[in-house]
Amino acid sequence: MSAQIPEVRSTEQLREKWMKSEVITGSEILLRSLLLEGVECVFGYPGGAVLYIYDAMYGYEDFKHVLTRHEQGAIHAADGYARASGKVGVCIATSGPGATNLVTGIATAYMDSVPLVVITGNVATSLIGTDAFQEADITGITMPITKHSYLVRDVKDLPRIIHEAFHIASTGRKGPVLIDIPKDVSAALTLFEPSSNAVNLRGYNPRMVPNKLQLDKLVQAIAEAERPLILAGGGVIYSGGHEALYEFVKRTEIPITTTLLGLGAFPSGHELWTGMPGMHGTYTSNMAIQKSDLLINIGARFDDRVTGNLNGFAPNAKIVHIDIDPAEIGKNVPTDIPIVGDVKTVLEMLNSEVKRADKADEWRAWIRESKAEKPFSYQDSDTVLKPQWVIEMLNETTKGEAIVTTDVGQHQMWAAQYYKFSQPRSMITSGGLGTMGFGLPSAIGAQMAQPDRLVISINGDGGMQMCSQELAICAINNIPVKIVIINNQVLGMVRQWQELIYDNRYSHIDLEGSPDFVKLAEAYGVKGLRATNKEEARQAWAEALETPGPVVVEFVVSKGENVYPMVTQGSTIDQMLMGDA
Amino acid sequence: MSTRHTIAVLVNDQPGVLQRVSGLFGRRGFNIESITVGQSEEPGLSRMVIVTIGDEHTLEQIEKQLYKLIDVIKVINLSSNPMVARELALIKVNAEPSERPEIMGVVETFRASVVDIGSHNLMVQVVGDTTKIDAMIELLKPYGIRELSRTGVTAMIRGNV
Repeated sequence: MSAQIPEVRSTEQLREKWMKSEVITGSEILLRSLLLEGVECVFGYPGGAVLYIYDAMYGYEDFKHVLTRHEQGAIHAADGYARASGKVGVCIATSGPGATNLVTGIATAYMDSVPLVVITGNVATSLIGTDAFQEADITGITMPITKHSYLVRDVKDLPRIIHEAFHIASTGRKGPVLIDIPKDVSAALTLFEPSSNAVNLRGYNPRMVPNKLQLDKLVQAIAEAERPLILAGGGVIYSGGHEALYEFVKRTEIPITTTLLGLGAFPSGHELWTGMPGMHGTYTSNMAIQKSDLLINIGARFDDRVTGNLNGFAPNAKIVHIDIDPAEIGKNVPTDIPIVGDVKTVLEMLNSEVKRADKADEWRAWIRESKAEKPFSYQDSDTVLKPQWVIEMLNETTKGEAIVTTDVGQHQMWAAQYYKFSQPRSMITSGGLGTMGFGLPSAIGAQMAQPDRLVISINGDGGMQMCSQELAICAINNIPVKIVIINNQVLGMVRQWQELIYDNRYSHIDLEGSPDFVKLAEAYGVKGLRATNKEEARQAWAEALETPGPVVVEFVVSKGENVYPMVTQGSTIDQMLMGDA
Repeated sequence: MSTRHTIAVLVNDQPGVLQRVSGLFGRRGFNIESITVGQSEEPGLSRMVIVTIGDEHTLEQIEKQLYKLIDVIKVINLSSNPMVARELALIKVNAEPSERPEIMGVVETFRASVVDIGSHNLMVQVVGDTTKIDAMIELLKPYGIRELSRTGVTAMIRGNV
């Protein structure tokens, strides 16, 4: 299995060619600068304000571009690419509506700290501020949802700005950086001198190495703790710290829970792993947080979906927070031992000093018992297909080794609960913003980044229809993503809340009348399969895995299923609705 | 406990930098009582002085969030030190010729000055800390203030800091 990934090899010869100092246009400077940053592929959509940029791409063999069918598809694909590879994702859109169509994707990446460089065209500098055709103040619009942004006024600044943008996006707490290039700037000729590797940003100097005194405090606290617990988040994966985390757990034997974005940071089969915490987390993780006397947050941000009601969150615990972003420490939860630094660096420093948490044997025994007593559970059926069963089947047949992207809603939570991730960068999901429409395009990007891995895109029937146009990209480029649709003919998560919290007043959630997803797939030239019972499900999925190209598999599942456990809003996380299973 | 804080922010003199800073305050729900911007001692850098109200936790968040902006070089909590804080106000007050001596009395007491005289009004300029200007305004109110314009606070730490 291998996607038709356009290949660009950054050989020395090519680099020499790209670095050649000569008079070229802003557009050519952009392309060469991207290549020099090691960009392999760019997702984009042309338009008036980026015509010079697209003209520069014409026949330019070194540069690879994937034409999506919507700018939102382009940016989610760049996001999926970045999350699956750890590299910076890049997308291009035109001014005005092209740029505003990126907004949801920029916010998605910002909330989950995903490194993106987002390039937009704008009207010519002489027209800026005149309400010109397709003009939008995209740097202004995106200021609250970008790590930084640039409006390029002089073509001479372009090499420096692009280099700075990649540096800012990919260091410290990662995030999206926007570069807005007016049309005249992309057309202007100037002598191209590649940016030197040095970045001169006085106001930007992320702290990588932690304060040693705080580390010593943590080492001491571990030695004293009777009920220590690790809460690991996306920061572990983003820093490349998963091996150091494994070593940390091996040395200390402290139980560990991983957040939605932290899934895969620690092997789920490990006996000390308690599963995901929070609103739809495991009983054991939530109870462990509430009981713990030492909570070690490693690269998570105490999101409200994890903490539940903050008054009463981890009431007995000394709080340790390891994060590269000082602003996260103490933001939501008062912290006893703050450790600012790169997670990987911090853990490696700790690993040379920490010892087994010797006072925690009873605690470990409790964790083991609780895990055995209260796993995720549901009532299976032989007549209707249960969504949880479908995810379990996907997990078993792929041994938890696939890259899974999800959309947002019930299927996302079931994927997080029942797919057993064992490697980092395997779970690609919009956690912070909760963006529907993310599942399919992010899978395309992930597959481009990891052409040799199996990529499964798990969607609901709602979110699937928010970016289904990108099926075209799968077909045209033969991107072998396996697109799963968990079809319950309803906006399931909204239905669940309306049932449990709004007295069964089901308001505008019925998705009956959605297209025939098999036919929809076929219309795009993608194989489509449907399953309505276990037998069909196993067969259809086996066929999908055997098919070399992209496949849509629709699993028609029971309508009224709820995600349990559930911590309703305002409750502390030990107050869980457990369902009837 | 919410108190008033005066902070100085040294920023790159870039287009949009005021928007970045004020936007941050807006979206994080931080209060801005006043904000002033101008050149600093170093070419290419501007100094903003922001007066905000909040508790210690909010102040800590404000400082940390400001530091996340790439264009922010330095954040200094001025009000945690002995500082000089000043603002300037221009006040156009009704002043018939018969009332003028009385108003001049107020102006002199406050070491303010009259910077323009119209046929029925005076323009008073007063410099001082916020309480002084508030007091001046209160005293001039009975005559009828036609227009009031305040610069907001600018401030500096005292001594060799």
